[in-house]
Amino acid sequence: MADTTETSGVRMQSGTSFELVDRLRRSSEFFVIPLLALVVSGLLFSAFLLTLGKSPLEFFSLVWRGGFGTSFSWQNTLVRAAPLVFTALCVAIPARLGLVIIGGEGALVLGGFAAASIAIPMVGWAPAFLMLLAMFLAATIAGGVWIGLVGALRHYRGVNETIASLLMFYIAVSILNFFVEGALRDPSDPNKPSTKPIGSENMIGAIPGTDVHWGLLVGILLCIALFLVMNRTTFGFAAQIAGGNLRAAQAHGLPVGKLMVVACMIAGACAGIAGFFEVAAIHGKANASLIAGYGFTGILVSFLARHNPLVIVPVAIFLGGIAASGGLVQRRMDLPDATVLVLQGLLFIIILVSETFYGRFQIFRPKGEAA
Amino acid sequence: MSKFEISRRSLLQSSAAGLTLLSSAGLSRLAHASNLTVGIVYVGPRDDFGWNQAHAVAASALKEVPGVTVVEEENVPETIAVQKSMESMINLDGANMIFATSFGYYKPFVLDLAAKYTDVEFRHAAPLWTDADPKNAGSYFGYLDQAHYVDGVAAGLSTTSNKLGFVAAKPIGTVLRNINSFLLGARKVNPDATVQVIFTGEWSMPVREAEAANALVDAGCDVLTCHVDGPKVVIETAESRGIKCCGHNASQAPLAPNGFITGAEYKWETIYKMFAADLGAGEPLPNFTGGGFDVDFVQSTPYGAGATEKAIAAADAARADVKAGKPIFVGPINKQDGSPLLAAGASFDNYEPSLDQTDYLIEGVTGSIT
Repeated sequence: MADTTETSGVRMQSGTSFELVDRLRRSSEFFVIPLLALVVSGLLFSAFLLTLGKSPLEFFSLVWRGGFGTSFSWQNTLVRAAPLVFTALCVAIPARLGLVIIGGEGALVLGGFAAASIAIPMVGWAPAFLMLLAMFLAATIAGGVWIGLVGALRHYRGVNETIASLLMFYIAVSILNFFVEGALRDPSDPNKPSTKPIGSENMIGAIPGTDVHWGLLVGILLCIALFLVMNRTTFGFAAQIAGGNLRAAQAHGLPVGKLMVVACMIAGACAGIAGFFEVAAIHGKANASLIAGYGFTGILVSFLARHNPLVIVPVAIFLGGIAASGGLVQRRMDLPDATVLVLQGLLFIIILVSETFYGRFQIFRPKGEAA
Repeated sequence: MSKFEISRRSLLQSSAAGLTLLSSAGLSRLAHASNLTVGIVYVGPRDDFGWNQAHAVAASALKEVPGVTVVEEENVPETIAVQKSMESMINLDGANMIFATSFGYYKPFVLDLAAKYTDVEFRHAAPLWTDADPKNAGSYFGYLDQAHYVDGVAAGLSTTSNKLGFVAAKPIGTVLRNINSFLLGARKVNPDATVQVIFTGEWSMPVREAEAANALVDAGCDVLTCHVDGPKVVIETAESRGIKCCGHNASQAPLAPNGFITGAEYKWETIYKMFAADLGAGEPLPNFTGGGFDVDFVQSTPYGAGATEKAIAAADAARADVKAGKPIFVGPINKQDGSPLLAAGASFDNYEPSLDQTDYLIEGVTGSIT
């Protein structure tokens, strides 16, 4: 990536129209290959539907209608996309360093739990903005420390970060259950163990004119900010070098361990914010509903976006739309709810396979350059 | 609080009265239920042999009613997803009545939507509605402990070790009440019977349910029952270990061709058809609907091969008693810690409100809540 930008920058300076064509050729690769992957997944999924005796056309038109076809569908899609933006960032940032973190769900759960817990003693006297600020900080810190630990384990103890983050998700769930079913349980709600509610007057409302909470907007801003951090700062540059070649980075005296831990902390903080919005905008308390799988869908989003924070937003909206239409597909076509999971799985596999095609096709290369 | 309880009790009675009315004039009213679209949301799969299946069975009965369209969605988590699913049913399918069948759907999701869509009726399957909630929302619930009591009677006469096993999900009010009623049923016919309970901690955790079931059999229990979302694993484990079992939520009879005695089942069909008829006739729906055998909201699974003549006779008699309003909780009853719950001669009505808040197990049950 980095050297491509550099060379094309140099070529641009020479300023001929041929150079512009070359540049377009190069960048078109990043649209054409994912687009082809989408088409191939769509075709394979259509074949799957045909074996079930269902119409692919009906399926895709329902996906369109349920996900994007009406203003209600759009809101449904965006509401579902909001947490995915954050949890995808939890995968994307460490991925720049070559770390595969799949336990963002744990940071989300703990972030939500921390936010709800810190709010309990503040109910009644604290103004809403103060409470929300404290909740936000608690969530980012809890999430950041959680995934930061994964990074530290990786660097200082050599523990595989993928496995560690996954296992720590289970620990996070146990911590949540321990407190929610024990010391912090709201006695007035005997049937669904939850923390005490933060109070509806303290909750974050929706973006005016919609049902979509402010988390989506915050997520988009965070994506832009992290894109700049990862692509326009020395930290981001150092992270990419460490991700490209760890030994070389160490040989150049880059503080690889620190980079890993910091990247993981940023990642965990992002997932923690998702937990904050789940509590502050949706549930108003922490309970087992926090464990909704957003962290795991975020992995898919990040991989589909090739770990690019800016691409995460449209991909999250795309997957949010598929999820939003899942219900309509179930109701109208009498298909099991796992149908959209099959589509998601196919997309994931095909996109991963398509990754191997980058740089293999002459058509995307300037004349005279070997593919 | 006490005021609400009184009003709730009267509501219970009025819903019972409404049901009697329905059974006489019901069919003619159902015919008028045109253009009624009912949306039903399930938290798990519709074929889970348990809670969701009990609702799905009722949904398919409702589909048979002329003029009623039923749209269903399964595996909807208790998050914003359920709010959007219900809203999608209203906006895209034109649903005018929603049944939200999982506990965590109610607050905030059903409440928010009821305030937003005032011309849609929302009913939720747990006794949560209060006077402060929107009038187009409401609760419906079956008092399944009555059926667990009947199970207990049959189980008490089926055990030789006098040890009954109970696999329970979470130590919450309704679960504890079912365990207590199961023991009271067993004790009614077999004063030596004890119930050993193991909590799995989750509504659906098949691995732990199997472990718990095996542990109970190893501890000497020779009849098993359970209160988990999908009793399939517990029933199959009991059958494979060669002991008897009682079901829960829906019919598990096909899973245990040798050892199945009977089971505690909801009969949501009664409530769904009643609501559809009321709505079709343009009549207001009750906000709080609940009951047991007396109003046909719960039922016993037909007896399986594990039921002896004696057990069948006693269980039939117990069911008739409960249906007639004879109390299940009759003193003397002590809590597990020895403190008295009911003195000798005292009893709780079967719809005693304080039983909804059960936070104890009674003497004769072994196993700890915490």
